[in-house]
Amino acid sequence: MLFTLAAAISILAVALICVFLFANGLPAMFQIGIPEFLLGTTWKPGSDMYGIFPMIVGSIYVTAGAILVGVPAGILTAIYLSRFAGSRVASVLRPGIELLAGIPSVVYGFFGLMVLVPFIRATMPGRGLSLLAASMLLGIMILPTVITVAKNALDAVPKSYYEGALALGATRERAVFRILVPAAFSGIMAAVVLGVGRAIGETMAVVMVAGNQPVMPNSIFEGVRTMTANIVMEMGYAADLHRGALIATGVVLFVFIMLISLLFSAIKKRGEER
Amino acid sequence: MMQEIKQDARIAPSLPVISETKMGVEELDLFYGEFQALKDVTLDFPKNEVTALIGPSGCGKSTLLKALNRMNDLVDGCRVDGLVSLDGDDIYRDVPVNDLRRRVGMVFQQPNPFPMSIYDNIAFGPRTHGIKGKAELDVIVEQSLRDAAIWDEVKDRLKKSALGLSGGQQQRLCIARALAVQPEVLLLDESTSALDPISTAKIEDLVVEFASKYTVIMVTHNMLQALRVSTKTAFFLLGEMVEAGDTDELFTHPKDSRTADYVSGRFG
Repeated sequence: MLFTLAAAISILAVALICVFLFANGLPAMFQIGIPEFLLGTTWKPGSDMYGIFPMIVGSIYVTAGAILVGVPAGILTAIYLSRFAGSRVASVLRPGIELLAGIPSVVYGFFGLMVLVPFIRATMPGRGLSLLAASMLLGIMILPTVITVAKNALDAVPKSYYEGALALGATRERAVFRILVPAAFSGIMAAVVLGVGRAIGETMAVVMVAGNQPVMPNSIFEGVRTMTANIVMEMGYAADLHRGALIATGVVLFVFIMLISLLFSAIKKRGEER
Repeated sequence: MMQEIKQDARIAPSLPVISETKMGVEELDLFYGEFQALKDVTLDFPKNEVTALIGPSGCGKSTLLKALNRMNDLVDGCRVDGLVSLDGDDIYRDVPVNDLRRRVGMVFQQPNPFPMSIYDNIAFGPRTHGIKGKAELDVIVEQSLRDAAIWDEVKDRLKKSALGLSGGQQQRLCIARALAVQPEVLLLDESTSALDPISTAKIEDLVVEFASKYTVIMVTHNMLQALRVSTKTAFFLLGEMVEAGDTDELFTHPKDSRTADYVSGRFG
């Protein structure tokens, strides 16, 4: 009974969030016009223009950048931890990764603001507050997720596959990339998808380093505003349709997250069938 | 070499042919951390013969087998003292490990086909060693599968996953995979212990045939198998090699009382 109740609370919470989001967001979306809202490129609440396309693109760009930075490093680290690291190295690395997962995102943001942004400003064009800064920072932030999930997938591959490859005279690298990684492929994809979910939903750290101009970025050195940043920056003073448009931004974000979650389950299911 | 000849003469005086040594182990000590798994083992493996390593569990016979293609390298804290040679070369110093493992193939206790197609399983080894041409690979795959007596069973499903095969078929596939890199020595680590009697018999037949082309060294728990398949046998106990010689001789006239006890089924 107690267990059922506890489980019911989380379901109830999801349902309430859903109802709140859609009840408040959809009317605003209809009032603005769905094509104008989703595909409009001008966000000017003062003139009642609510096009969030730059923010959708911004979220996608920033997430893609984070994947480019974080996924290769994360997967290589997972392989290293799963197969090559001696127990002494692993005993340092594993708590380090756990710590990385526990750092509050505002602290990541500070790090980005004080270290990454000045570095980019000094060595590259633009003001530093940029798509590049946000991508690099998010790339680091998704590392623990990617590493943990990918490592679990790699650990689940029977040791005998790896040994079989070595026994044929394959190098460790060939055994890893031709046998181990393909065998863990669905789990590694799941790691990537979870990383995407983490990156697309991240708010605080991104707001602090991304510049947040609500326009389409033309290069990775320009500022960019994500959907999450859009909501958190304007919610404090927004009213009426402006407020509704921000909640509708949340609806779009919610749909993105839901799609990612569906993709994750599909990949997991495929992995289990194999 | 001298020692080998003397030993042969002592154990099997009637044999006119003195066989050539393919692999040899001299004064081999092997440690897993503090534990000594092999103690001062000296043994020669004659070329193109089947040598069986027998003994109770934990006697070191599998450890010795894995020392022959350096699969023990994967074990944390494993240390080897002494000489292991292939055609006279020290395999721990003079032979690159990946060349060694190509020349000294291994079939494991549990069938371990890769989770990929039958064709790709066989082609993995040759591709590893630089063979890329499709036509050439096709020939190698067919020949290897024929040599492992599984071609007829799989020729129509080469592109299907190897994991769909039965346990016995998977093990013959693994043998074919080992043959595909043209090894000189074949190590079998209790390779039939997970299989049914019919599959076991098929693999035993193969091993007998292999003796004309390969030097085979097999670990087995099954003494009848050693009798059926091997020409030489070495008996191990608690990390020591107790006795080695012609299989028939060792089973019928063991020199050491411990060997006699083991082969007559008094322990193990």
